Formats: sequence, structure tokens, C-alpha cells
Amino acid sequence: MGTDRSTPLLQVNDLQVYYGAIYAIRGITFVVNEGEIVSLIGANGAGKTTTLRALSGLIPSTGKMEFCGKDLRKIPTHQRVGRGLAQSPEGRGVFPGLTVRENIEMGAYCRRDVAQIASDMEECYQLFPKLRDRRAQLAGTLSGGEQQMLAISRALMAKPRLLLLDEPSLGLAPLIVAQIFEIIQRVNKKGVTILLVEQNARMALKQSHRAYVLETGRIVLEGMGHDLLENDQVRRSYLGV
Amino acid sequence: MQDFAQHFINGLSLGSIYALIALGYTMVYGILQLINFAHSDVYMMGAFCSYYAARFLNLNDSQGLPSFVVLLMSSIIGCAILGFLIERLAYRPLRNAPKLNVLIAAIGVSLLLQYTGQSVFGDDPKVFPTVLPNVPVLEGSSFTVHSLDLVVLGVTLLTLLVLNLLIFRTRIGMAMRAVSQNMRVASLMGVNPNRIISATFILGSALAGVGSVLVGLKYPKVEPLMGTMIGMKAFIAAVLGGIGNLSGAVLGAVLMGLSEEMVVGYLSSTYRDALAFGILIAVLIFKPAGLLGRSATEKV
Ligand SMILES: Nc1ncnc2c1ncn2[C@@H]1O[C@H](COP(=O)(O)OP(=O)(O)OP(=O)(O)O)[C@@H](O)[C@H]1O
Ligand SMILES: [Mg+2]
Repeated sequence: MGTDRSTPLLQVNDLQVYYGAIYAIRGITFVVNEGEIVSLIGANGAGKTTTLRALSGLIPSTGKMEFCGKDLRKIPTHQRVGRGLAQSPEGRGVFPGLTVRENIEMGAYCRRDVAQIASDMEECYQLFPKLRDRRAQLAGTLSGGEQQMLAISRALMAKPRLLLLDEPSLGLAPLIVAQIFEIIQRVNKKGVTILLVEQNARMALKQSHRAYVLETGRIVLEGMGHDLLENDQVRRSYLGV
Repeated sequence: MQDFAQHFINGLSLGSIYALIALGYTMVYGILQLINFAHSDVYMMGAFCSYYAARFLNLNDSQGLPSFVVLLMSSIIGCAILGFLIERLAYRPLRNAPKLNVLIAAIGVSLLLQYTGQSVFGDDPKVFPTVLPNVPVLEGSSFTVHSLDLVVLGVTLLTLLVLNLLIFRTRIGMAMRAVSQNMRVASLMGVNPNRIISATFILGSALAGVGSVLVGLKYPKVEPLMGTMIGMKAFIAAVLGGIGNLSGAVLGAVLMGLSEEMVVGYLSSTYRDALAFGILIAVLIFKPAGLLGRSATEKV
């Protein structure tokens, strides 16, 4: 795509979320530029998942959210994926009673270009050959790692401009984690912008162009991925050194 | 034991009618976890739709397939529209309300339809037009198969086949299954849950519409409270099979129809209805998730 990673794709201003009386996101402002991998790191309960849910419209929120220059609030949840905003949710969220193949097809639900869908599905199978072997199997019977691969494939099938990934490495063996991050890099090189939520801060910071650190609903730090890796506060709180 | 074949045929025929109605309960439950009490009254309204269609078109004495198709279509369309409206007007506004509130709304809609039926159509039973002849077509030594039994079985099988193709072979069917498994994630994939929920109500109600015409032909009596008992039994059949599970609903319904006919045949018809409730209690005690149902912990 040859981008200089300075054109804003997603702009969020003063985003706030309440769960009843719980003030979960306390006015955060951040930007994701075209072509970037940006990660959002923070402790359990910091509000990372909540931020992604708000972006997809799964929960009510206030503040400004602009995607491709358009106000996201004017787009209903189910139409956001068609506009290029796909999310692979926390806990994977594969459809357990659908086959692997049907799950992947669901990812392309918003698309109509049948021939292109078939070749994208083939690409997913090349990315994750395991899924091809299991394509007729119910997704609920896959292992955790396989389900994660399926969730990522499914999100890719939407051909998103911006991919929101919620803890893609959760519960996976180190080798698989490395593989998942390799694929994230590959997808990004093909022009997909990525907003990555991760517990695995070291890995996330290494792999990202930029990152934001979230603490109880506020952004407390931001910077280039490799700079944050050297940051004392980050090293103490999130890297355990 | 020589009447067994006869009872078996009757039971199968009754069971397939239960199946058509049980599917509506189970589909709605699968997607909204709601027991749609109004479903049995949608069924009743379907019978009235075809009754009045027959009157206005003067089909009462014209026997034959075209008349049957007209009755079927008027009932299906009437039920589909009614099912759509019930969801749109009564249940959708309560989408984020506690489940109990929606359940109470469902009871309210059910009563509304019953009383509307009584005041508009009157309490007195009406005679359903018998547009298909009920003649013996197959006679064995100990049993007779009537033409209506064949119609009931044939129409039910065809309907189930179409339903199966729709749910497992089409895009909207896949979306229905996805929404029933995880509505939020389905909406992330671009599925509009409201659309799918409407489609589910339309489809389930249309099945009840098919059922009401088949029942009308076999037991030609139409009245505003006709849905109560058969709806209850179909619901129990759905629970027996595992509510939310489509094949379970069909299995439960057939078992229900068969056991009911066997009770009538070998015990006494007095126990006919008691059996249904006996089955319900037994299922709740021994297999709360139903024959093919997933246990609560499995359904994430
Ligand atoms: N549905 C909900 N109802 C009430 N409170 C919620 C709900 N979901 C999240 N919260 C609260 O909001 C806060 C942020 O939660 P969130 O899930 O966004 O955290 P997170 O950063 O994703 O954490 P983790 O790393 O553990 O996934 C937490 O305090 C959580 O308890
Ligand atoms: Mg989270």
C-alpha cells in the first residue's frame, strides 16, 4: 500500500464508557494511522476490551469516534464491518455449533464477491493449514489455539481496513504465540491496519509501531513501541523487570 | 396387539402435526431464550385465516388440491404476518429488558389474541372446510391408511425438508444459527440481529400455519381457544426433545404423538392429556436438558 503511516484512519476523542455506575473508560483520546500496528496495553480491568467494544458499537459510549473520516456513531454495529472495521473479540467468540468452514464464511457475511471470497478462504487455509484439515469439524471442538486461529481468519475474511484484535495470544503456547504475531505482521504488510490489545506487553510492544498504556480507564503513557520497551514505568509495571 | 399398526399410523400423523408447532417454540427459544406463549394463538389465527379465506372464495364445496393450496397459503401468510408483528410490536421493545418481563408480555399477547378471537369470530366452533376427501387408500389386515394421513405426513415431511435446506444450506440459515449461538459476535460479522429474529418469527409462525390447516382437515373444528391444548403439547414436545434443538423438537413431537395414541389405544382416552404432563414432569426430573438438548454448562 506504500503508506507513510501518518494518515489517521481511526480518531478517538474523549471516549467515555459507563457500565451502570462503573466508570470504565474515563475520557481517552488516541489515533490509529493508516498502515500502523498500534497496541493498547494495560493490567486486567484497565478497560482495553471495553474500548474495543465501544469502537464496534457493542456498548453505549460518549465521545468522538471517527473512522475513515466518518462519524462511527452514525453507523449501526452490524454495518461497521462492512465499512472496514472488523473485530476478533476477547475469548475468540467462534460459533461453536457452526463448522470451521461456516465460521470462516460468517466472516465474509458482509461481502458479496463470491469468487474473491473463495480465494480469500483459500488464503486463510494457507495461513493456517490446521484449519483446512478441520474445516468440516464443529468449531466448538477445536483446541483453544485452533479457535484463536479461526477467530483471526474469520476477522480477516471481512477484508477489513482496520482489524481490532483482543488478546490474540491469550492462553497459547509460546511457539503458537510467535506464529500468531508473525501472521499479524504479514497481514499488516498487506495493508491492514491493526489495533492490538494485549496482556503480553513485551511481545506487543516489540511488534507495534506505536502503543498506548491504559490504566483504570485512562491513557497514562504513549509512544513508539520500542521506546516504551525501554521506559522505566512500563518495565516495572508491565514487563516485570 | 393387533391394532398396533393403526395406532402407530395415527400417532405418527398426530406427532408430525405437533412437530410443525413445536419447531416454532424451539426456534424462538433458540434465538431469544423466550417461551413464546403466543405461538399457540398464532396457530389458532392461522386456522381462522384459512376458514375465512375458504368462505370468501367459496371453497367450501370445491374439493381438491387447488383449494387445499389456497387454504395453506392463506394460513401461512396470515401466521407469518402475525408472527412478525408480535415480535416487532411486543417483544422487540423489550429486547434489553429482563427475561421475565418478556415472558409476561408473551402471556399478554396470548390472552390478547384469544380474547380478540372470541370477540371478533365468536365463541361458537366453526366447521373447517374439508377440501380434501378422507378416503381409505391402503387397507391392511389390521389397519387402514386414510388419504388425510398421507397428506399430513407428506406435507410435514416436505416442510421439514425445506426447513432443513433453509437452515443448513442458505446464507440466512447460517446467520440464524450464528445469531442463536452468539448474537453479539454475529453482529460483529455484519448480521443484523433484528432482521434474523424477524425471520425466525416469520418462519416459525408459518410452520404453525401449515400445522393449523392439517389439523383443520383432520379435526374440522375452528374456535378461538383451539390452540391452548395443542400448543401446550407441542411445547412439551419441544422440551422433551431439548428446547432450542430443531431435530429434538421433531423427535419429541413424534414420541409425543405416538405415546398419546398408544395411551388412547391401550389404556383409556381419559389419560390422553395427562400423559403429556406426565412426560413433562419426567423429563424435568430425569433429563432436564431434554433428549437431544445440551446441558446448561455446555451452552456458552
Ligand atoms: N459488562 C460489564 N458490566 C460491568 N462492568 C464491566 C463489564 N465489563 C467490564 N466491566 C468492568 O469494566 C472494567 C474494564 O473491563 P475490561 O474488560 O475492559 O478490562 P480489560 O482491560 O479488557 O481487562 P482484561 O485484560 O482482564 O481483559 C473492569 O473494571 C470491569 O470490571
Ligand atoms: Mg479484556
